[in-house]
Amino acid sequence: MNSDLFVIPFNLGLYFILIYSVVRSVAWFRSLSRPDKLRLQRGFFGRPFMDSLREIFMESLLHRKIFRKNPVLGYMHMSLAFGWFLLIVFGTIEADFFGEKHLNPPSHAIFFRWFNPEHGAEGLARIYNVWMDFLLAFILSGLLLAVIKRFTPRMMGMKKTTRHTWTDRLALTSLWLIFPSRLLAESFTCGAHGSGSFLTGNLGSALASFLPAAEIAPWFWWLYSISLGTFFFMLPISRYFHIPVELFLIFMRNSGITTGDRHSSYTEVQTHACSSCGVCISVCQMSYAAGINDIQSAYFIKGLRNDRDISAITANCLMCGRCEEVCPVGIELGPMRLIERRQGERADRTLSLPERYSVMRKRSVTEKVPTQSYGYLVREEPEKAEVLFFAGCMTHLTPSVIAAMKRIMESAGVKYRFMDEKGGVCCGRPLMLAGRDREARELINHNSDIIWKSGAKILVTSCPICYKVFRESYYLEATVMHHSEFINLLIEEGSLRLGYLHRKVVYHDPCELGRGSGIYEEPRAVISYVAELLEASQERSMSLCCGGSLGNLTLASGKKAMIAADAARILTMSSPDELITACPLCKKTFVQATKTKVSDIAELVAAALPAPSKRVARRRSARATVRANDAG
Amino acid sequence: MMSATGANKFGFAINRSRMIDYDSSDRKVREYITSREPSFRLCFACGGCTATCTAGQHTSFNLRRMNTYIRRGEIEPLREEVTRCMLCGKCLLVCPRGVNTRNVVAVAAEAIRKLERNEL
Repeated sequence: MNSDLFVIPFNLGLYFILIYSVVRSVAWFRSLSRPDKLRLQRGFFGRPFMDSLREIFMESLLHRKIFRKNPVLGYMHMSLAFGWFLLIVFGTIEADFFGEKHLNPPSHAIFFRWFNPEHGAEGLARIYNVWMDFLLAFILSGLLLAVIKRFTPRMMGMKKTTRHTWTDRLALTSLWLIFPSRLLAESFTCGAHGSGSFLTGNLGSALASFLPAAEIAPWFWWLYSISLGTFFFMLPISRYFHIPVELFLIFMRNSGITTGDRHSSYTEVQTHACSSCGVCISVCQMSYAAGINDIQSAYFIKGLRNDRDISAITANCLMCGRCEEVCPVGIELGPMRLIERRQGERADRTLSLPERYSVMRKRSVTEKVPTQSYGYLVREEPEKAEVLFFAGCMTHLTPSVIAAMKRIMESAGVKYRFMDEKGGVCCGRPLMLAGRDREARELINHNSDIIWKSGAKILVTSCPICYKVFRESYYLEATVMHHSEFINLLIEEGSLRLGYLHRKVVYHDPCELGRGSGIYEEPRAVISYVAELLEASQERSMSLCCGGSLGNLTLASGKKAMIAADAARILTMSSPDELITACPLCKKTFVQATKTKVSDIAELVAAALPAPSKRVARRRSARATVRANDAG
Repeated sequence: MMSATGANKFGFAINRSRMIDYDSSDRKVREYITSREPSFRLCFACGGCTATCTAGQHTSFNLRRMNTYIRRGEIEPLREEVTRCMLCGKCLLVCPRGVNTRNVVAVAAEAIRKLERNEL
C-alpha cells in the first residue's frame, strides 16, 4: 500500500476551495452594476491597488484594528492568520529549497516533514527548522487563547462571544485540530528519526521514549490531512468563508464601491466577509444594558447569509452605529440593516422573478393595501428669510430648548423665521429608519418646497434626527446647520456676547449628530466657551446611545429605560453639575434616567447670556402684564 | 326590545357611533396587534398621543380613535386611519403608560395588509 495516500483529503479540499472561490468571484463580479464593474477594474491598478495590498496585510493578516481595541484578542487573531500565512510561505520555500526538486505540489510543502523525515540535521537546515518550529508554536499559542475565549469570553475582555450554527462548529473543530495534529504528526516522525528542532524534536524524542513513534505517526498525518480537507470543504458554508471573501471586499471597497440603498453583490460580499468575531456583540448596549442577546449585527449578518427570517432582528436595533464603528472588517452594518428594513417581508424574496410578478399582478387587482400617504398636507407660501429655524417634532416636546434658541438668536441679532412654530411636518427620517423611503419622500418634498420658497441661506435645526436627513436626503440650496454649529458660528463671528458659567458639565454625543453626521468639535467648542467641560469615559465615536432612539420600532419602554439608566450612569461618573446633550430626544430620555440636571446645549448657552438691561426688563414685564390682563 | 318598552320614544335610542356591528367586526386585527405589540393593552385612552400628534395638526388623524377602531374590530375606518401617521414618535414620549405607539400603527398597517392577503 502506498503510505502517501493520506494527502488525498487535503488535495481534494484544496482544489475544491480554489475552484469554488474563483467561480464565486466571477459570479459576484458579473452581477455588479456597470459603474461598479468599472470601478473594480480600475481598482486593480495604481493607488487603490497598493492601498488594498496594504490593508490586506495590516487587517487580514495582522488584524491591527482588533489589536487596538483589545491586544489579547488581536494577538489571537494575528497568530492564527499571520502565523499560518508565514507557515505556508516558509513551508513552500523550505520544500522548494531543501526538497528533491523545485516547484512541488502544495501537499509536498504542507507535509514536508513526512516526505523528508531526516531533514534538518545540520547547517542552514537546522536553523530553518528552529524558525519553522517557532512559527508552529506561535500559532499554537493563539489557538490556546481561542479555546480559552470560546469557554470563558470574559477572560479575553469580551462581554459575550458569538453562538454558532453546527456548520460553524464543525469548521471550528477541524480548524482547531489542524495545528495540534500537525504538531503531533511532526513530533512522532521526528521522534522516530531523531530529527526536529526545539518543539517537534524534544516532544518527539519524549514521545518516542515510551511509544512506537514510527507506527503512530501515519495516523496523525492522516488526521492532519483530514482536518485540513474538512476545513476547506466546510469553508463556503461556514463563517470561515470570510477569509477569502474579505480579500475581495477590500479590493471592492478601495475601488470606491459603497453599499447604496439596495441589495447587490457588494452587500452579499459584505455578508460573507463577516467573521462573526463578536466585537459588535461586545459593544452593543442592547446586549449588556438590556439583556437582549439575539439581535446583534453578527446574528443579523448570519441570518442574512443563511436566508432565515430575520425581520424581528432587523427591526430590533437602535441604529446607534456603535457596532459599525468597531467592526474590524468594516462592514457597513447600518445601511445593510436599512436595506433589509426596506425589503419588507422576506417571503416575497424567496420567490423567483416570474412568480413574484404573478403574485404582484394578482394582488394589485384585489387588495386595497394601506400605504402611508400625505395628500392632506397643504402647500404653504412662506415668508422670505435669510435664516430659517426648524425646531423639529421632538423639540416641540422640550419648549425650553425653543425658548433658549429664540433668546440666543434675538441676542445675536439674527433675523430668522421660525418654520414650524405652529407645528410643522415631520422631516421624514423616522419613516426612513422604519424602511419606508417612498413615504418619507413625500414629507421631504413638502418640507423642501417650503425651504426653497423661503429663499433661506441657512437652515438651523435643533434636532440631530432632522439634521441628518436634511443634510443627506434633501436637495437644498441652504446650508444645513445643527444649532450647536450655528451657535459656534455666532460666537466665532463675535455677534454673541456670553458670560462664563462656573459649572462642570459633561457632554453626550447624540448618535445622529456624532457618529451619524460627524459633528464632534463644534458642540465641545461651544460648551468650553461657557463652562468647564469634563471628559466622559465613552465619547465621540464611541459615545453611548441614550436608548430613546427612533431607530428601534419594537423595543419595549422598560428596556429603553434600562439602556438609558446605564448610559446615564456612565456619563455622570465624574459627578458633573449638568449633563449636556444636543438632542431633544436624548434630553427627554435622560431626564427620567438620572438625578443629574440634564440640559440642551442651547439652554446652557442661553444661561450664559448677559441679563437683559433694566430698560429691556421693564418693557418685558410691562408687556407680560398687558398679556395677563388680556387673558384675564 | 326598545320598541317593546317604548324607551326610544323618550330619546333613549342607541347612539349609532357607539354601536358595535358584530357582522362587520373583525377581532383578528386586534389579536394580531396585541400579540406583536403587547403594550397595546396598556392604553387607557387618555388621548395624550392625539393632543401632541404632528399629523393630527394637518388632518383628522387620531390615534386614540384608532385604538377604539382596533378594539371594536372596525376595519374599514382603520384602513384609512393608518395611512396618515408620519411615525415621528412624539406620541411615544408623551404616553404615560409606555405604549409603543409607533409600533402599534406600524403593526396595524401590517395586519391590514395581511388581512387583505388572507394571511391573518
